[in-house]
Amino acid sequence: MIIQVENPALEVHDMTVSYDRRPVLWGVDFSIPKGHLTCVLGPNGSGKTTLIKAIMDLVPKNSGYAKIFDQDIDDVRDKVSYIPQRGSVDWDFPASVMDVVLMGRYKKNNIFNRISRTDRINAEIALEKVGMKAFAKRQISQLSGGQQQRVFIARALAQEAEFYLMDEPFAGVDAATENAILNLLKEMKDEGKTILLIHHDIQTAYDYFDWFVFLNTRLIASGPKETVFSEKTLSDTYGGKLSLLTTVGELLKEKKLPVRE
Amino acid sequence: MGTFIDFISLSDPTSRYVIIGIILLTINASLVGSFAFLRKKSLIGDAVAHSVLPGICLAFLLFQTKNLFILLGGAAITGWLSILSIDLITAHSRIKADAAIGIALSVFFALGIVLLTIIQNSAIASQSGLDHFLFGKAASITRDDVRYFAIVTLIITAVIIIFYKPFKLISFNQDFAVSIGLPVRFYEFILSIITVMSIAVGIQAVGVVLMAALLITPAAAARYWTNDLRIMLILAVVVSAIGGVGGAYISYSATNMPTGPWIIVIISCIAFLSFAFAPNRGIVSKMWIQYQNRKQILLENILKAFYHVGEKDNSFLEMRKPEDILNRREFSFSKLSEGLNKLKRKGLLEKQNNEWKLSSEGLSEAKRIIRLHRLWELYLTQYLNIAEDHVHDDAEAIEHVLTPEIEAQLEKLLDFPSTDPHGKEIIY
Repeated sequence: MIIQVENPALEVHDMTVSYDRRPVLWGVDFSIPKGHLTCVLGPNGSGKTTLIKAIMDLVPKNSGYAKIFDQDIDDVRDKVSYIPQRGSVDWDFPASVMDVVLMGRYKKNNIFNRISRTDRINAEIALEKVGMKAFAKRQISQLSGGQQQRVFIARALAQEAEFYLMDEPFAGVDAATENAILNLLKEMKDEGKTILLIHHDIQTAYDYFDWFVFLNTRLIASGPKETVFSEKTLSDTYGGKLSLLTTVGELLKEKKLPVRE
Repeated sequence: MGTFIDFISLSDPTSRYVIIGIILLTINASLVGSFAFLRKKSLIGDAVAHSVLPGICLAFLLFQTKNLFILLGGAAITGWLSILSIDLITAHSRIKADAAIGIALSVFFALGIVLLTIIQNSAIASQSGLDHFLFGKAASITRDDVRYFAIVTLIITAVIIIFYKPFKLISFNQDFAVSIGLPVRFYEFILSIITVMSIAVGIQAVGVVLMAALLITPAAAARYWTNDLRIMLILAVVVSAIGGVGGAYISYSATNMPTGPWIIVIISCIAFLSFAFAPNRGIVSKMWIQYQNRKQILLENILKAFYHVGEKDNSFLEMRKPEDILNRREFSFSKLSEGLNKLKRKGLLEKQNNEWKLSSEGLSEAKRIIRLHRLWELYLTQYLNIAEDHVHDDAEAIEHVLTPEIEAQLEKLLDFPSTDPHGKEIIY
């Protein structure tokens, strides 16, 4: 079941993305409302990270587009914050916690300026919100997994965006961090922010979030929790890939045919 | 000593330009190399360095001149082509970056050697000297060369100061830089331009074969001493400049000593010293920490042994012979007496006529370790479902690790238990 919304925060239209010709997202089309906590659920390799990267235009698309607040991503980047997977960067980089959070203040029009007092104050507030103020001067290689995730979230908060895309913010964090992040998300939602995140635990996802996108290469369902969260959706999502679709994908790769003409 | 003063005071006009030139080259290479190192693209520099050789030869064949500006122009073009071909190969084939770098490096270098051989066998006048680009010949740096080098250094330093923030960001988290709409490809383009520039002039000093070392080794050494990117850049410059001046001095004072290889040898020595002696990250510092840990474990185990002996006859402050302790727990005799004396110096043991007893501080310290041991055993049985007869070895190690904060958490979690899984008492 796919529930489309009026005046959406995010509209993903007929999106197909492939790696090495094999589609990892196939004709995905959904929209999500403003001011909600939306969770993308799906098994490993179902295209969740690719979806977020395609929305941010970090990977090339075969077809389709994504619009945020009815605008092209390049026109709204100032209002959008992207939190990559924690494991996607080298935490042994020579930088302090403060350095990383300040990166959230970098913008196209201030990248060559010195870091301002406002930037520092904003970064400090962001660190305080995630409970990491005492760690501002700490070298990032000395952080635990949960602390690294908090730093990434602080960097996103420092961006002061309207729309947040988070890739697995709960992956490998301790219970205290999970709670802290969850409370923050709720707070952000109350302030009218829109959040789309990837999560891997079905049980807590059901408890925490109110809008769901079920994904397994193709879109399974999208809509409010009460409507789409069902045994049927879950078994469709986690019951494996459609074997016919997989075969066609392999064929595209093997015969070097394009997925879109 | 006289030669050293002559050398360092730059009073000898020929060595003056050599020294200034080398310092400028090492500044370029270490600044650019630091970013290559942090972006895990160290080998690209090696590929570019080897790929400038055909460019130099082609420029010479076309213009029949050894004008440095023209030769370096040719170097920059083929150096740049090698970066482009590496990008193309990785983007449009199944070949991964490491193999693509290997291919580009060897193909361009082979082409360079072929051209070099053709030039050497030809009748072109003034052909000699091109082979200096293979291993470098710093001693031939002239006043005009220094002028070029200074311009390049000025450009590279200015670019790195201006682009410091974006370079730092794309080195740490490139996807994030794209996500906020920064022109990341443009920054990469700028970085590769200054990489090619620094290599094209740097081969004057050390040659194409050793150029990669000049780029990467100073950065690797500097990384050991600091966690601050700015300081790391400065340290890398200092390390490579020391190597540069040192190498120049050796070839100045000793006859027939090559400058370039000596520069690399000195920089590498600094790097090895850094790996060994840098605080926290260095090998020696790690060994020192391990030595301290072993000492702490020995002392805590001796205190525990005193406690266990006391527990048997319910008298903790009795005088004990070393043999009593050895009966309870195995220590080598020398380790035990070393440990006993250290504990006495710390005031945790008291000694009379070769007999020892716990002091009151010693007793409470022993109690603390025993308590940690037993709390941990209980935690393992209750929370990790480990059988009672399997928890002892684990606790033997972990008792030395637990901090007062974790102890407080354990006590709360287990609700101040009175006995461990083996029925032994936990004393608070």
